[in-house]
Amino acid sequence: MRTQDAHPVRAAWLVVAGLLAFMLLIAGCGGGSDSSSGGEELSKLGKGEGEVNLISWAGYVEPEWSKPFEQKTGCKVNDKTAGTSDEMVQLMRTGQYDGVSASGNASARLVDGGDVAPVNVSLVPNYKTIFSDLKNQPYNTFDGTNYGIPHGRGANLLMWNSEDVKPAPTSWDVILDPKKAAKYKGKISAYDDPIYIADAAVYLKAHQPGLGIESPYELNEEQFEAAVNLLKEQRPYVGEYWSEAAKQIQAFAGGDSQVGTTWQYQYFELEGAGKPVAASPASQGFLPSEGATGWSDTWMISSEAKHPNCMYMWMDWIVSPQANAEVAEFFGEAPAQSLACDHTAEKDFCAKYHAENPAFWKRVYYWETPVADCGNGSSDCKDYNDWVQAWTSIKG
Amino acid sequence: MATEAVVERRSVGHRLAGLFHGRPRLQVGALLAGPVGWLVIGYLGSLAVLLIAGFWTVDPLSGEVVQGFSLENFETLVNEPVYRDIVGRTVLIAALVTVTDALLAFPIAFYMAKVASRRGKAILVVAVLVPLWSSYLVKALSWRTMLSSGGVIDWALNPLGLSGPGYGQTAVWLVMSYLWLPYMILPIFAGLERIPDSLISASEDLGASPFTTFRRVILPLAFPAVVAGSIFTFALTLGDYITPRLVSNDQFIGNVIFNNISNNLPLASALALVPIVVMVAYLMVARKLGAFEHI
Repeated sequence: MRTQDAHPVRAAWLVVAGLLAFMLLIAGCGGGSDSSSGGEELSKLGKGEGEVNLISWAGYVEPEWSKPFEQKTGCKVNDKTAGTSDEMVQLMRTGQYDGVSASGNASARLVDGGDVAPVNVSLVPNYKTIFSDLKNQPYNTFDGTNYGIPHGRGANLLMWNSEDVKPAPTSWDVILDPKKAAKYKGKISAYDDPIYIADAAVYLKAHQPGLGIESPYELNEEQFEAAVNLLKEQRPYVGEYWSEAAKQIQAFAGGDSQVGTTWQYQYFELEGAGKPVAASPASQGFLPSEGATGWSDTWMISSEAKHPNCMYMWMDWIVSPQANAEVAEFFGEAPAQSLACDHTAEKDFCAKYHAENPAFWKRVYYWETPVADCGNGSSDCKDYNDWVQAWTSIKG
Repeated sequence: MATEAVVERRSVGHRLAGLFHGRPRLQVGALLAGPVGWLVIGYLGSLAVLLIAGFWTVDPLSGEVVQGFSLENFETLVNEPVYRDIVGRTVLIAALVTVTDALLAFPIAFYMAKVASRRGKAILVVAVLVPLWSSYLVKALSWRTMLSSGGVIDWALNPLGLSGPGYGQTAVWLVMSYLWLPYMILPIFAGLERIPDSLISASEDLGASPFTTFRRVILPLAFPAVVAGSIFTFALTLGDYITPRLVSNDQFIGNVIFNNISNNLPLASALALVPIVVMVAYLMVARKLGAFEHI
């Protein structure tokens, strides 16, 4: 073997040449990847196919309500949870799943990519009694066609430690106005996702009307730059960007964070643990004066669904009063089904989450996917890719 | 029937045996086909696909990957200052972690290899290995708790009038140095064990002071082992993204790859090329320093 050892360089070149050949081979085999056929909506519900493959947010598909569904319909539920909207889009593109609980920052991408099919809402009896302000929204209806069944919604809250942050803030300026944010330098908690740029846009919409921001998800060059610059100014004051709920709970509990953006879930967890936290709107009954971003999730059906009947049955089941109440309470969000409020275990659950208060939701800007063609006719809005790149440069 | 089947099987076995008999190349080939195929297709093949993806682009409207040839991603990486900062920060921390681990590991490994008794040596080897049995995440999360304000580190430093580093780059450096230390100790320990004691005695007999013996005899002989260990610590730090996420707000190469992987795979692939290039350069320097001479 000694003699062969003498030519490691030659061996290395052989490996490199082999890799290059392999790359060329793959590149040659590539191409042809358009799948922009949107698919047809189902016209008649048939017999269940025996199983259904779902992608969901953690907590949306739990045995408490999926087991009764299996017993009732004979459709076995196979669930894959995804951590982010981006991951959901990626998983749906594999074509191996029947449906997904998409947030508004994923739905437009799925529709544009032809990954999901229109939904025939007449095959979903429980759709009728869903809160009407959730129907026909820009994140679930495209060109007048329904692409999904609303599941539930929530607002992104402003949370603060009531011992350290006084007086109780009523505006996002406490974390977004550099002068006020400086007071809490290193103790501000911000959401670690490109969609957080929309929070800055909501703030600018109220405080700099000259920019002419309509929707925080449809930003032209100038508006986008203003929002990004605002977050760059905020950067030195941010103690922590959170992406997992558990990380933020720990930071607030331990005193590393004192004020920032949160979800209902973290707030109620901390409150339940006896920590001195307060949040709008949960404790105060109001949103910060500018309004807030939020999310509204939608069950969508894949354009390549192998079990469409079971998927329709699931979409009807998850918005049935009992199941929708269970999932809303489990996850900590407002249910989409108006009849669900009579079925919650905690009697004032719907009131706590403002489920039946349309005035509250009027000031919530549900997540949407930023796209270039944003309806102003000139297609000059910043698309999601720009948002991701900008987010990288904000964090630095 | 039964006897027939046995006869049949035998003859197939015999034929196979006959095929391989006297053909050593075929024997070796059949033996290695599986593992080598796995290496080439599973590792190098997927690496090649990853690199090609760096030349693709993303359709702005649907976000779907367009397969073609474009240098757009690489232009972005070169022209946007933020990516230069991130690469610089990652390489700097990787280098710091490597130096720190080398300084910490050498005395420990030396004690293990040359000073400790047989039993002490066994206990120390186990002690170095035990942390590797627990989950990486548990260790990183424990550090997160320890580094939090008012955490154990603050508590321990407060009597001295100091406070802990808090979350940030210092925290990343600390946690990474902790996590990868065993990967540095073990190669150095193995390298030092191979140095015969007689060389050290000879050096002393010839009148060298302990320091000179260390500088002129032990260090040159153990240096390739240090370099080998540094390859582990450097590469592991270069690729990690969970620790920075847990104990700092700073982005490292891995974090940006992670953020882009689902909505802009081509950019993520192009960025993945950076650690590969850095690592190749590092390995070439390591080769020059003789790290592979005894492998």
